[in-house]
Amino acid sequence: MKPFDLRQLSKAHEVRFSVDAETEEKLPWPQFTVADLNFFYGAHQALKGINLIVPNKRVMAFIGPSGCGKTTLLRTFNRMNEIIPGTRVEGSIRLGDKDLFSFPATTLRRVVGMVFQKPSPFPKSIFDNVAYGLRLDPAIRRSEIADKVEQSLRRAALWDEVKDKLHQSANGISGGQQQRLCIARALAVEPEVLLLDEPCSALDPLSTAKIEDLLFEIKDLCTIVIVTHNMLQAARVADYVGFFLNGELIELNRAKQIFQNPEMQQTQDYITGRFG
Amino acid sequence: MAKAALVIPEIPFQSRGLDRKQTWWERLRKGDEVVHLITLAGGWSILVITALLVQHLWVYSRLSRHAFGWHFLVDSTWDPVNGVFGAWPFVYGTVVTSLLALAISIPIGLGSAIFLAELAPRKLSNALTFLIELLAAVPSVIYGLIGIFLLIPVLFTVVPYFQKYFGWIPVFNGTFYGVSYFSASIVLSIMVVPFIISISREVLIAVPVSQREAMMALGATKWDVTWRAVVPYARQGIMGSIFLSLARALGETMAVTMVIGNVAQVSTSLMAPGYTIAAVIANEFTEATGDLYLHALIELGLVLFAVTMIFNALARLLMLTMKGHEVVG
Amino acid sequence: MRASYPPLSRKITNALMLALTGLCTVLVLSVLLTILGYLFWKGASSLNIDFFTKNPAPVGQSGGGVKNAMVGTLKLLTLASAIGVPIGLLGGIYLSEFAGGWSAFTIRYTTDLLNGVPSVVMGIFVYTLVVLPMHHFSTLAGGIALGIMMIPIALRSTEDFLRAVPRSLREGGLALGASKSETIFTIVIPAAIYGIITGILLDIARVAGETAPLLFTAFGNLFDSRGWMHPTASLPVVIYNYAISPYDEWHRQAWAAGFVLLSGLLAVSVISRLILARGKKLSHG
Repeated sequence: MKPFDLRQLSKAHEVRFSVDAETEEKLPWPQFTVADLNFFYGAHQALKGINLIVPNKRVMAFIGPSGCGKTTLLRTFNRMNEIIPGTRVEGSIRLGDKDLFSFPATTLRRVVGMVFQKPSPFPKSIFDNVAYGLRLDPAIRRSEIADKVEQSLRRAALWDEVKDKLHQSANGISGGQQQRLCIARALAVEPEVLLLDEPCSALDPLSTAKIEDLLFEIKDLCTIVIVTHNMLQAARVADYVGFFLNGELIELNRAKQIFQNPEMQQTQDYITGRFG
Repeated sequence: MAKAALVIPEIPFQSRGLDRKQTWWERLRKGDEVVHLITLAGGWSILVITALLVQHLWVYSRLSRHAFGWHFLVDSTWDPVNGVFGAWPFVYGTVVTSLLALAISIPIGLGSAIFLAELAPRKLSNALTFLIELLAAVPSVIYGLIGIFLLIPVLFTVVPYFQKYFGWIPVFNGTFYGVSYFSASIVLSIMVVPFIISISREVLIAVPVSQREAMMALGATKWDVTWRAVVPYARQGIMGSIFLSLARALGETMAVTMVIGNVAQVSTSLMAPGYTIAAVIANEFTEATGDLYLHALIELGLVLFAVTMIFNALARLLMLTMKGHEVVG
Repeated sequence: MRASYPPLSRKITNALMLALTGLCTVLVLSVLLTILGYLFWKGASSLNIDFFTKNPAPVGQSGGGVKNAMVGTLKLLTLASAIGVPIGLLGGIYLSEFAGGWSAFTIRYTTDLLNGVPSVVMGIFVYTLVVLPMHHFSTLAGGIALGIMMIPIALRSTEDFLRAVPRSLREGGLALGASKSETIFTIVIPAAIYGIITGILLDIARVAGETAPLLFTAFGNLFDSRGWMHPTASLPVVIYNYAISPYDEWHRQAWAAGFVLLSGLLAVSVISRLILARGKKLSHG
């Protein structure tokens, strides 16, 4: 891995986080700093020369048509792509000031949690689902687990609904509750970052609203990166939005700006529904 | 639009926990390589066992192979006392009983499979298939028991009438002793029919609706659709089930041993007693005196192994080309 | 006026052939019911307490039982499971979780072929492998023969049930920082455990009735086996020997043994399906 100089990135976010000449925006420190990232599935290049910064303790949304690479980038942040054979990464990603690829993937994934598109509770009890990540870490004492489980379930706004059936199968609750359970499960290990891959695409509007509320609640706890097809959702929850097309990051900007006055014509076309 | 005034702050932190060294216990617990290697040993043991099996059959049949060469298969003298071994009567018996068994079980099995897949309501079909698959769970030795004490007495009353009218045909003439190629074939056909039914039913059910609708739209009858569209579409899977059944019939031991009569002769009449490869091994193996005798019996095992492997391999290849089907048989 | 379509002849063919397929099914089912009914009738009427508690009486005398054979069968199955289940499980995990491409195909195909090896050939193999070097028949050899016969189905059914576990569960585990092996042992296998147990029970039931391989390995014994290194009686071999004997008393006992063996197998078969159904119910709420 080549040495990493933040100043080299200037060209990247010069373009991305555009501000007016008069106003000076002080960014939170970068949670992720991505430089010249290319990603390949075999011969197919899914990400082309991505440069971006994900600010700490903010919500960033990735939008774009299917197959544009947004999910691939998300899965690169916690190195979930490594389990797919035949994939290859070029370029560099920093988590804070550390090289993302210098740690064991298992350690990294405890710091960068992830929630998937389809609710996927383990076929265990609700309690065991949330406690799963905690039990993996021998440093966490058994006596702490029950408290931490309750805390995470409360953060995921699920505690009141499930506190009487903690030891029933997690498959018995509704889809929306299952997805919040997955969020609680990811929050239990107190990650710095939470990656959400279209978390609401399989849910009804009411459950979706609950999850969006929940994101507001937890954004003080961790950095959130969310991939979504739903532009209204991006507008509602995100501070910053990145628009992807054909594996390239077309525009990265503050949410308000991207939906009201995008700089790039392609972004404009996508927002107004001309394609995708 | 100007894009200058962007402030990138210093990074004030170190990510929690990322630098902590893993203890040896954690590394072991997370040790994917160890698990990979151990399970790999489990998987590869299959290859080792198969290789050993082939090697043992080959090595322990060498005396017989060297003494008789290919003549072993076509000579019809089996004389342990004088050390002359020709396997033709057994090969003949094995082929005759297996083919006759298939001739009985293919139409019946296919008919039932069509009924269960195309006509019966799905719930009834599932229940009946469960019952039929129970037939496949009955051990071979119990079929032999039924064969000796139920089938053969029944045949004793039926066959004389049959011979009165059809006895002039060479394959049906001769004295009937109860034990015979014919009895063995019937037992075998009962044993393999569940395989034909259960696999064929599954491939028939998997035929896409579009295949049926095309002919339905032309006003074809249910039977036309089934016979001209559905069955041809599923023919690979059906052939697979037939090859699998053939391999089973060829290698079937106990039931056949108990009802075929165990006489090392070649008869054109199906009503005559005979012998098969598997039966002669089961009967004579523990009594084989002398290495040549033992090696001759093991060579029979080698032949049986080779033939059943060929049909199994064909069956599996045919079924592999039917996508999306896991057939455990 | 147009003739009705399809023509009458085709309609008759249709009705006739459809009726014939129904007839085939009825035939197969009636054979099944005859076999089971006859076996249960003959077997149940031949059972008595002595059958379970005594060893065989001397030839020609009436009475006696097959206690030694039942013990022998249990011992053989225990040993067979001790060999077949671990190898099958490990191999199944390997095929479903680790192997890829060529090595997966080779192992899978070889497993299916090994499953098709006639049981009598397996008997020869274990005879040359164990009995010849030891110079005598033994319970050990019989258990090894049955154990090897268990591997293919244990392996393939484990693989199938593991494969059926959705990828989302595996990813869920990995995303929480579990390693691949932790995910396999704490999520994937527990999710498939009912299926795996069912497969193994059915596998044991299948080899429990095997006779041919035991003829040249565990052999037979009229008395209690003296240990793992000595021959033992087993239910299937007893059924065979008694059935081909000339004595009515032994025929009676062959029926009784057949009844006991088949009841055991059918019970296991039904129980394992119940386990599978329960597992499905649990994992779907």
